[in-house]
Amino acid sequence: MDTLITIILDGLQYSSYLFIVSVGLTIIFGVMKILNVAHGSFYTWGAYTAAFFIGKFSDMGWPDAFGFVIILVSALVVGLVLGFIIERGILRFMYHRDEVLIVLATFGLFLVLDDIILLVFGVNPYFAFQPMMLLDSVPVAGVVRDVYGLSLIGLSAIIAFVCWFSLNRTKWGNLLKAVIFDRELSLAMGINVTGVYTVTFVLGAILGALGGAYIAPTVSVAPGFGVDIIVLSFAVVVIGGMGSVPGALIGAIIIGLLRAFAVHNFPEIELFVIFAVMAIVLVFRPEGLFAPVKQRTI
Amino acid sequence: MLNDRTSQALIAIMAFCAIAGAFIPDWIMNQMMFGFSRALAVLGLLVLWRTGLVSFGHALYFGLGAYTVALLDIYLGVSDAFLRLAASVLVSGGIGILLGYILRNYRDIFFAMLSLAFSMVLYGILVKTQALGSTDGFAVSAPSFIGYVPEGKYPLFLLICAVCAVSGLLVQTYLRSTLGKLTTAIRDNEVRVEYLGYSVAQAIHIKYVMSACLAGAAGAFMAMALGQVDPDSMVNWTASGELVFVTVLSGPGSVIAPFFGSLVFELLRTYAFELVPHAWQLIVGGTLMVIILFLPDGVWSLITKFRRPAK
Amino acid sequence: MSKQKKGEPILSVKGLQKEFGAIIAASDINIDVHEGEVIGIIGANGAGKTTFVNMVTGYLKPTSGEIDFEGKQLVGLPSREVTRAGISRSFQVSQVFITMTVYENLLTALAIAESPGLTMLKPMHRAELEQRCDEILERYQIAAYRDHVARALSQGVRKLLDIAMAVVSKPRILLLDEPTSGVSVEEKFGIMDIVMNALKADNVTVLFVEHDMEIVERYVSRVIAFYQGAIICDEPPKQALVDPKVREFVIGHSVVKGTKKNA
Repeated sequence: MDTLITIILDGLQYSSYLFIVSVGLTIIFGVMKILNVAHGSFYTWGAYTAAFFIGKFSDMGWPDAFGFVIILVSALVVGLVLGFIIERGILRFMYHRDEVLIVLATFGLFLVLDDIILLVFGVNPYFAFQPMMLLDSVPVAGVVRDVYGLSLIGLSAIIAFVCWFSLNRTKWGNLLKAVIFDRELSLAMGINVTGVYTVTFVLGAILGALGGAYIAPTVSVAPGFGVDIIVLSFAVVVIGGMGSVPGALIGAIIIGLLRAFAVHNFPEIELFVIFAVMAIVLVFRPEGLFAPVKQRTI
Repeated sequence: MLNDRTSQALIAIMAFCAIAGAFIPDWIMNQMMFGFSRALAVLGLLVLWRTGLVSFGHALYFGLGAYTVALLDIYLGVSDAFLRLAASVLVSGGIGILLGYILRNYRDIFFAMLSLAFSMVLYGILVKTQALGSTDGFAVSAPSFIGYVPEGKYPLFLLICAVCAVSGLLVQTYLRSTLGKLTTAIRDNEVRVEYLGYSVAQAIHIKYVMSACLAGAAGAFMAMALGQVDPDSMVNWTASGELVFVTVLSGPGSVIAPFFGSLVFELLRTYAFELVPHAWQLIVGGTLMVIILFLPDGVWSLITKFRRPAK
Repeated sequence: MSKQKKGEPILSVKGLQKEFGAIIAASDINIDVHEGEVIGIIGANGAGKTTFVNMVTGYLKPTSGEIDFEGKQLVGLPSREVTRAGISRSFQVSQVFITMTVYENLLTALAIAESPGLTMLKPMHRAELEQRCDEILERYQIAAYRDHVARALSQGVRKLLDIAMAVVSKPRILLLDEPTSGVSVEEKFGIMDIVMNALKADNVTVLFVEHDMEIVERYVSRVIAFYQGAIICDEPPKQALVDPKVREFVIGHSVVKGTKKNA
């Protein structure tokens, strides 16, 4: 019984952080048809920025609780700055190019941004445990859990709700859905598609950075940090359906729970099972579990 | 087979390298071995690219080739280079045939993602299995050549040059045949190819298996040239990314391009690493972006600009 | 090759039906085609003409019905096998290899048609193919555009290329889907003359989808009219063009040029 609770909570925690990172990726793909390898860079930059400043402010004597503010601000700043520069400065010259070629270009971008981190932050790892330590731990159904980890689940629930609400209950959401469905038609109807692209990309970047920033206090932030999350978020997005927010949620939950189950019972299959599921979904349902409806083209 | 300029040039270049190998310092020979090994995999990716397909998972076959060599060495004591090569090609070709049945029905981003998924399945298995080396990998003993155990790496170098020459020739012959010309036809208009009477799925399957065999041979040679195998540099998605990078760098213009592009990549990597160790990824990434944006036909297109267009 | 007695149809479509959910794109289509006929298929947009062509050539699978070609059942066969069996088609929107030249386009088509099995591994640029390629280019009068890249061709020339590529397999029946659509008025008759002469010389049975009644009148021996997925008329052109159903649902009631003397 203990193990089941542990598996479920571990799984949901992992799912939460996967979801926060992946939802930005899937929205960007849905709107702009770009699978952004450099999304991992937002994650990495968010983590490094948060870890760096949490350390600095802590040294200066600021209260640990301020760490949460730093996390949010880091995500916002990284998302805004990097997102804006990348979309306006590089991506917009590539929209007419082949999908796969754009992915390659974002791979190059990822390599560049990864190295810039080394140049800016150096090669030593950063530790910023303060916010996590602050929240202490609490027993849940007989198992002791970090409150910080539980807060991660709460955060992703909030983000999921905000996404759902924005997409389905606001005018902005309707605009976005129009652009997702048919870019040309949206242009013809007077929607500022360029503006939508920029805002979408920046929002996605902020979410990616938030994933990294929020996870930073729980790990050591060191070179090579973002490499794995990229393929994992690809797996989430593929399984859930590229461009679907509920898909990202379900995909993240599936992968998170699967992984937790594997880690506790069959540690050897932990990694391979995630990609096996990704392959299986691609083979039997390439559009993903929640694919947006496609029109007939012939 | 030898009556076109590209084939002749390829033979000449490989012959020259083979002979030069006896006189160049060891470190240059090593660079060339790494470069030419990788070039074999890129050659396969070139065929796929001409068909309009990009695989983000060819490290699967590269890794299969490399690990076949390592496992044969460690568990069965096989050190013969020819046996190792044959085994690697068989294993990667076999898996290629199987996975090809699935992949031949996919295009664009789905083809890329599915091939990525398959390669990460192998990565996941290798990394978590002690018996397969886990994250450390294995050391690989030096190859022997039908009994003869050489002092240095020159025989291996010769073998690599020979296989590169033969592979290049075979691919060139293939590309000039009708089946090979289907690469661009399929890329341009699949529906028309089907209506003209040939199965697009079958054509793609054949090309995929070819590229799998080439990548397997590439991995085998890399394992032997490096003397070791490990999952992160040979099977991880970043390894696949590297292969695709070299493919884009070389350009799809000619079967000689991969050899040229791979050497450029080796040089780039070595010097970037030496001069600016924490920025070599930046240089690689930046180069990739520049090529995609400004030189979409790769560095080979710079060379062909100064020659009369060949048939 | 023909097992048919003279007079028997070479192509027999029986009860062909195609439904997309609640939409009936083809409803109980029955057509017999005899050797040497030239048939014009007319109908408003969405009437089911292209759906018919797609089904006969294997691009779409009918919901039910039979397609009998010289004793062979075509339903369920993929397009490539239908082509190999002897039925080819051209496309409403020309389907060519846009990065290749006209010459390479045609050569590729020839190479595929003439290279069964392992001969696909022979070099594509070989004497016997290149000769036939030049002949076809002459026949369809596009030799002047030999080295032009397909992407840059005018509509008319592109259509001719599209059709030329369809005939390399020496089909017995050729389905042309709107061969003159998108082509300038001056070029229309020129193109049809070239095509129909070439096809007649090779004794190819032709069915073509067309909106321009003048063209239909000029070349066909029989008119089949579609409306909402069903055939509403199957008669020689003189009768078809004054048929009240055809006037109601296809061509309208204004006098059609050329039939004035028959009205």
